[in-house]
Amino acid sequence: MKARRINLEAILFAIGLLVCWQLFAEFKLISPIFFPSPIKTLATLYERAADGSLWPPLAHTTLRMIYGWVFACVCGMVLGLLIGISRNARAYLEPSLEFLRPLPASAVIPVAILFFGLSDSMSIAVIAFGSVWPVLLASIHGLAQIEPRLLEVAASLRLTRAQTLWKIVIPAAMPDVLAGARVSLSIALILAIVTEMQASLPGLGQDILLAQRSFKSAQLYAGVVMLGLLGFAANASLVWAERRLLRWRPK
Amino acid sequence: MPGWIKGWVLPVLLLIGWEAGSQAGWLPLDSTSRPSLVYQAALDGLKDGSILQATWQTLEAAMLGLAFATVAGVAIGIMLGLSARMESATRPTLDGLRPIPSVALIPLALMLFGFGLMLEATVVAFACFWPILLLTIAAVHGIEPRLLEVARTLELGALERLRKIILPATLGRLMIGLRLAVAISLVVAVTVEVVINPRGLGSTMMAAQQSLRSDVMYAQLIWLGLVGWLLNALTHRAVRAWPGGAGAPA
Repeated sequence: MKARRINLEAILFAIGLLVCWQLFAEFKLISPIFFPSPIKTLATLYERAADGSLWPPLAHTTLRMIYGWVFACVCGMVLGLLIGISRNARAYLEPSLEFLRPLPASAVIPVAILFFGLSDSMSIAVIAFGSVWPVLLASIHGLAQIEPRLLEVAASLRLTRAQTLWKIVIPAAMPDVLAGARVSLSIALILAIVTEMQASLPGLGQDILLAQRSFKSAQLYAGVVMLGLLGFAANASLVWAERRLLRWRPK
Repeated sequence: MPGWIKGWVLPVLLLIGWEAGSQAGWLPLDSTSRPSLVYQAALDGLKDGSILQATWQTLEAAMLGLAFATVAGVAIGIMLGLSARMESATRPTLDGLRPIPSVALIPLALMLFGFGLMLEATVVAFACFWPILLLTIAAVHGIEPRLLEVARTLELGALERLRKIILPATLGRLMIGLRLAVAISLVVAVTVEVVINPRGLGSTMMAAQQSLRSDVMYAQLIWLGLVGWLLNALTHRAVRAWPGGAGAPA
C-alpha cells in the first residue's frame, strides 16, 4: 500500500513538472523561440522517428561512442593489469599517468585534429583517450583488492601464471573493472557529442548544434531528449551486463 | 634507484626523443612542434599574459558554475536526504534527467545566453550538480540518527538544526563531493570552450591549432595539464586536512 502511494507521488511530481513546462510555453512566459512546449518537443521527436531522419545520426553517435569505448576498455585493462601485477611498471608509469589523468580530455581535440584531421579517427582517438581513465583506475584498484589468500591458494595448487590470471585475478578484479567501464561509457558519449559539434561530424551532436543555429528549438529539445535516452540506455545495458556477469558473486 | 626517479624516466625519455626526432627531421614540425619551441612559446605566453588571462577566464567559468551547483545541490540534497517521502517522489524524475550528457545542453545554453561566461557556467553547473546532489543525500542519510533525535528533543528550529547538526555532520562527505565536482568543473569548462565558447584556454588552444601554431597549442596543453594537476592536488589536500574527510572513502 505504502509503495503504491509513493509511486503515485513520483508520477504526480513528474507530470506536474511537465504540465508546468507546458503552461509556461503555452502562455509564452518565455519566448517560444527558445522554449517549445513538451508536447511540441515530443511531437517533433515522433515525427523525426517516423520519417526516419532520426536514425542515421543516432546510429553515428552510438557507433562512435562504442568504438572509442571499446578501445579505451582494452587499453585500460591491459595497462591496468600491467600496473596492477608489476611493481616496476607501476613505478615507471604511474607518475606520468597521474599527470595525464586530470587533463580535460577535450583539450586533446586540437592535437587530435592536427594528427587525424576532422575525421572519425580523430573522434575515436579523443573518445578513447578520455574514457580510458575510469577503466584503468578501476582495474588497478580491483587488482590491488584481491584477497591475498586466494593467491596463496593458487600457489599451493600450483596453478601456472596464466591459470592464476584466468581463474583468480580476472574474476576478482571484474566487479571493479565493470563499474569503471560504466563510467567510461558515459564519458565516451559526452566526447562523441563534443567531437561531433567541434568537427561537424554527422551525429546527434552536430544535429542539435545545427538545430540551434537555425532556431529550430523543438528539434533541439528533441535531440537533447534523444541524447538523454541514449545515455540512459547505454548505462542500463551495462548495469544489466554487470548483473549477468557477476551472478556468481554472493550478494 | 629510488622510486621517484623511476617516475621521471618515461617523461624525460619522451622529451629527449621528441626533441631529437624533431631536430633530425623525423617528426613533422607542423604537427608535432618541438620541446624547445614549445618551451619558448610557453615563456612568451606567460610573459605577455595571454596564457594567464585565458586560464583566469576558464577558472572563472568553472568556479561560477561550481558555485551554482554547490548551492543547488547541497540545498536540494539536504531536503531530499531528510525527507524520504520527497526523495522517493522526485527520484524517478531526477533519474530521468541525470543521463542527459552535460554537453548536450551547450546549444540550449547558447540559445538562452549567447556566447560568454553564463553559457559556460550553466553547462558546468549542470554537470557538477549531480555528484554534489547524490553525495549530499548520501551524507544526510549517514548522519547518526541519534543526533537528529537530540535536535528534536532540544526543539531546535530548522535553521539551528541545519547549522548545528546537519552541516557539521555532513561536511566531511560534502567535501569529497566537492572535490569530485572541482575536477568535473574544469573539464566541462574547457570542453565548452573547445566546442564553441570564444574565451578561455580551450578556445585559445583551438585558435592556435587553426593558425598552425602547434608550439603555442602544446604549450597551452601542458599548462592546462599543470593547472588540472595542481587543482587536483590542492583539493585532495583540502579534503585530507578536513576533520572527518580523511576517514571517509575517497
